[in-house]
Amino acid sequence: MPATDPNLARRNRRVGLIAATMVGGMLGLSFAAVPLYSVFCAVTGYGGTPQIGGVAPGAGERVVTVRFNANTHPGLPWNFQPGQNKMEVKVGQEALAFYTAASVGSTPSTGIATYNVTPEIVGPYFHKVQCFCFDQQTLQPGQKAEMPISFWVDPKIADDPSAREVRTITLSYTFFRTLEDAERAGALSKAGPHVGKQRDASLAPPAAR
Amino acid sequence: MATASNTHDTHGHGHHDHTPGFVARWFFSTNHKDIGVLYLIFAVISACVGVGLSLLMRMELQSPGLQFFADGQMWNVAVTAHGVVMVFFVIMPALIGGFGNYFVPIMIGAPDMAFPRLNNISFWLLVPALMLAVGSLFVGGAGTGWTLYPPLSNSTYQSGMGVDMALFALHLAGASSILGAANFITTIFNMRAPGMTLHKMPLFVWGMLVTAFLLLLSVPVLGGAITMLITDRNFGTAFFDPAGGGDPVLFQHLFWFFGHPEVYIMILPGFGIISHVLSTFSRKPIFGYLGMAYAMVAIGVVGFVVWAHHMFTSGISVDTRAYFMAATMVIAVPTGIKIFSWIATMWGGSISFKTPMLWAIGFVFLFTVGGVSGVKLANASVDVILHNTYYVVAHFHYVLSLGAVYSIFAGFYYWIGKMSGKQYPEFWGQVHFWMTFVGVNLTFFPMHFLGAQGMPRRYPDYPDAFAGWNMVASIGAYISVASFLVFLYVCYRTFTSKEQAAANPWGEGATTLEWQVSSPPPFHTFEELPRIR
Repeated sequence: MPATDPNLARRNRRVGLIAATMVGGMLGLSFAAVPLYSVFCAVTGYGGTPQIGGVAPGAGERVVTVRFNANTHPGLPWNFQPGQNKMEVKVGQEALAFYTAASVGSTPSTGIATYNVTPEIVGPYFHKVQCFCFDQQTLQPGQKAEMPISFWVDPKIADDPSAREVRTITLSYTFFRTLEDAERAGALSKAGPHVGKQRDASLAPPAAR
Repeated sequence: MATASNTHDTHGHGHHDHTPGFVARWFFSTNHKDIGVLYLIFAVISACVGVGLSLLMRMELQSPGLQFFADGQMWNVAVTAHGVVMVFFVIMPALIGGFGNYFVPIMIGAPDMAFPRLNNISFWLLVPALMLAVGSLFVGGAGTGWTLYPPLSNSTYQSGMGVDMALFALHLAGASSILGAANFITTIFNMRAPGMTLHKMPLFVWGMLVTAFLLLLSVPVLGGAITMLITDRNFGTAFFDPAGGGDPVLFQHLFWFFGHPEVYIMILPGFGIISHVLSTFSRKPIFGYLGMAYAMVAIGVVGFVVWAHHMFTSGISVDTRAYFMAATMVIAVPTGIKIFSWIATMWGGSISFKTPMLWAIGFVFLFTVGGVSGVKLANASVDVILHNTYYVVAHFHYVLSLGAVYSIFAGFYYWIGKMSGKQYPEFWGQVHFWMTFVGVNLTFFPMHFLGAQGMPRRYPDYPDAFAGWNMVASIGAYISVASFLVFLYVCYRTFTSKEQAAANPWGEGATTLEWQVSSPPPFHTFEELPRIR
């Protein structure tokens, strides 16, 4: 208090600094959430995030059906399809499957796929050894490419009470145009003419206004 | 605080107030009472904007088809502006900046806030923020909802400047709140009068302390999230864009980590005000003081770990939903303690039904209605059906429009005599209360029916089957807007009144320190610190 406590200014400064530290900490945590969020999914298989790599332990008894799903963002001029609708694999056995992608654009285009598996609970048991989705893919105009994936399903799935009933696993991919390629092609939307350049409406995604 | 002690020395003998000139007093103010008054004036001006927008929306929804709005985008712009203005520029400035600044230092027996100049910055950041938020309406607006979810808010779907202006308005309002919160925490921890221990603090001060901590921990997360949104929109980053490795659901997590504590930020100061009013007009001390204080602390703490109940339909796993559902329902326990203690405070009291008391009892009743629909919505399985329907709109208007706003009006009628030195006209105060009570219930109660029948939020049009209750809701809205005009008339009558308010017009029930200073309080209060027994 002014009359009784000559140290008030110093004490106020200290509490104020602690408060500022808390603010800085929370701001930092909000940005740290970006990598932590992906790490969390990769480690726990949350949201159907498959495990990367690992050596298949060898075929077990159990058979699961793997179905294949393909989506393409409208901004990427590709025809992207699974090579097979479904296949039956034994748990613990590495399997190979293909997707095909054909470019219908008039210029080279580069895409990258996001991926997950459903039901989401099998994320920790689905291992991808190799996948086209790990890297960017570039197609020349008119080019058609086979895109391989090799994967195996962990036999431990039989020990998980919430996952052991699963007989069908759906593998899903969504191809997006990479941001660099979209920028090159002028298809990248930016906020408004006040900052970005006028973009070519024919290359923009159809949903854009 | 060297300045404060100097003031004490120079002013110690003369008891006349040295008030600075008009410009110095109102534009460069460092006096907590003047800044509190500025905040309250600001909130009333913003309320005119927010109420006007809601009037437009109810006119549109009065009957099926598009009457006043050109398209869905224009509708969404109005919805967003209504939400942002009401949350950041009406409720928060009135409860935290207004009543908080004015009464927290007086109630704890402090001469002013800990950082008076920071206080001035906090207020003046809000003015450009409001200008940006309202200005965005005229350059296309932000049709994103106050939740600002990408991809709707990203540059593909809304490339206009309006969204950027709204985001920057939130940045400024957030900075203002953070500075204010740091100031409150420091003031409450360091500047209490001798004898004013934490467990003797008035409940309004407890509410403000918990609110300040919620602000300090949650608003920076909103700041981070909207900064990422701005760079996604303008500078080619991809925090929330899957094409560049981002994830739009991350934004929902960040937003609601802020957004859920934010709803408690809007109601906790109100909890404090209601406790004071009920105790004063029942002529009894508050029932279960410590339980009331720690119930607010518990609500604040648990409020940080329930955010994903806003995201039950965003594809989160069953186990996660089960956790967030259970954690959300836990909040009903401390809230129930508060409702119980308020009723127990009134029980057996010598109750007088003055206007502030009417608002406070209305608050207890209507907040409970909103709380019960909240428990219903907390069920993940039920929420899948009710998510994004008018049931949710009814729920959050019952706790905010009828909860937080009722507490603002309770505080206004309770303290306006203290702040202005003029007492409000009792008759018109009661007219104001009853008109609002009828109007808002007529507006929002039918929304439960509409939502349960499946009417979705955020559309300017609806099938004919919903026409009946929408007509009722719109009539209720017109009554509510008329009651707001009555409120402005009450303000006019109050400030032109010739009658001088007594230092304590409420009698023995009003025990906190603000009733021991004159009405209005002197420019500098507590140059001699009071001693609390």
